[in-house]
Amino acid sequence: MLTRLIGFILLLLSGCAQLPLRGTGDLGLVIERAAGRVAIVESSSNRILGRVDGLGDLSHASVVFSRDGRYAYVFGRDGGLSKIDLLRQRIERRIMQAGNSIGGAISQDGRLIVAQNYEPGGIKAFDAETLELVADVPATWGSAGQRSKVVGLADLPGQRFAYALFDAGEIRITDLSNPQQPTTQIFAAGRQPYDGLVTPDGRYYLAGLFGEDGVALLDLWQTEQGSRKILADYGRGSERLPVFKMPHLRGWAVAGRNAYLPAVGRHEVLVVDTATWQEVARIPVKGQPVFVIARPDGRQVWVNFAVPDNGWVQVIDTLSSRVATTLQPGKAVLHMEFTPRGEAVWLSARDDNKVSVFDTRNLSRTATLDAEAPSGIFFTARAARIGF
Amino acid sequence: MRGSSLLTLLMLMPAPVVHADDRAALVRLVRQDCGSCHGMTLKGGLGTPLTPQALREKPVESMAATILYGRAGTPMPAWKSMLSEADAEWIAGRLQEGFPEESR
Ligand code: HEC
Repeated sequence: MLTRLIGFILLLLSGCAQLPLRGTGDLGLVIERAAGRVAIVESSSNRILGRVDGLGDLSHASVVFSRDGRYAYVFGRDGGLSKIDLLRQRIERRIMQAGNSIGGAISQDGRLIVAQNYEPGGIKAFDAETLELVADVPATWGSAGQRSKVVGLADLPGQRFAYALFDAGEIRITDLSNPQQPTTQIFAAGRQPYDGLVTPDGRYYLAGLFGEDGVALLDLWQTEQGSRKILADYGRGSERLPVFKMPHLRGWAVAGRNAYLPAVGRHEVLVVDTATWQEVARIPVKGQPVFVIARPDGRQVWVNFAVPDNGWVQVIDTLSSRVATTLQPGKAVLHMEFTPRGEAVWLSARDDNKVSVFDTRNLSRTATLDAEAPSGIFFTARAARIGF
Repeated sequence: MRGSSLLTLLMLMPAPVVHADDRAALVRLVRQDCGSCHGMTLKGGLGTPLTPQALREKPVESMAATILYGRAGTPMPAWKSMLSEADAEWIAGRLQEGFPEESR
């Protein structure tokens, strides 16, 4: 009798849960930040498949994906961390993990989700399956034991995570291979690191500096050498232009052997050779660069800008190191994401309530999707990349 | 004496004039663009919280000056190329009361 009943219930449940079989390799999320909602999108058909709401304050939200590409972990500004099932289009789990957060990362083996927090300053690691807290590593510094805002969190090979301390001017590497006993190395970086990135091969960590010109560089294969400064004095002592929005750094900066980095307070993209870490070019652009993102094949680099120039997007030709095309894709272009092999790029135009899809070969618009005040766009291909 | 006449003069000056269309644009700017550092809810981020609790004790004029001229040595930029004095004062006053939401 009981077994029959259970059998019946199971049958019912499986009936409700029937999903058409499909992969997730061409799926992604678009953040609709004012609505506290995400749109689940498919880049093969340029469609919105569904929406998931109830995600809280999504200003500055960012996303990482489980290694099977099924789950998205969404980090909200309000400290919310939500695990979303892309296939069932619903929230699996949701916790409030901090007062003020700006993003996160996933470990090399996919088992740990790590959040970087402003308040209380530090990083926290969670079990990717259950979102249970497994480690809390405060960013304590100075003699008074104050806590620093954490920026630039990136996963490194070996269950390690690199991040920078805005207030302390440091780079830290925390090894979470035994989450019960995290160990942390500390490196002096320079004044006010604002974001960081790990190169796609996992070898170098770079922290962009706001409080001085230059970028701190740490060779993760030879950490005993400490961090050193590259691109020092790119401002050449001239007065800075106001920075109305902080640039964002990530491994997408690297195209071929060069890295393309936003200057701070100058309307330029700085090009540095990753073999020698010497500056090789500076490319004048339309405004303060925010995202400087290479197409996956490295032939183009797309740049968007802070207000008041956020209606423009420029495309750099990496062969000639010059801006090849200037586009006006919409009002307040906040983010850009390439499809995994780069035939298309998706751009969010917040004030038009639109996401546009551009063909990257002929630079024409191929689709437009309606979204409410869209900001970040994240495709599941990130699941397989170091530093994403 | 001089001080007090200056004060009377200040009190006689009209409140900053900001028209309704501009107001909506300013609300959007503060929520969205100031929000990139201070958070859309203005509860703070890289920038300090801009909530009534945080700003209660701060004079509106000094906040307006921070908005127009920025704060050296911090990421707070000078907005004078994009905002007028009247805009800055209007924003500072509203921040102190609890900033309006964007009408969607
Ligand atoms: C690029 C980041 C950034 C942006 C954008 C930004 N701020 Fe700030 N703001 C800061 C930081 C950082 C501070 C704290 C400065 C300090 O440490 O003294 C600050 C401080 C302030 C203060 C002083 C608060 C106090 O407690 O005294 C006010 C007022 C303010 N900002 C208003 C604004 C307004 C209005 C805008 C938009 C027009 C804006 N901010 C945009 C970073 C920013």
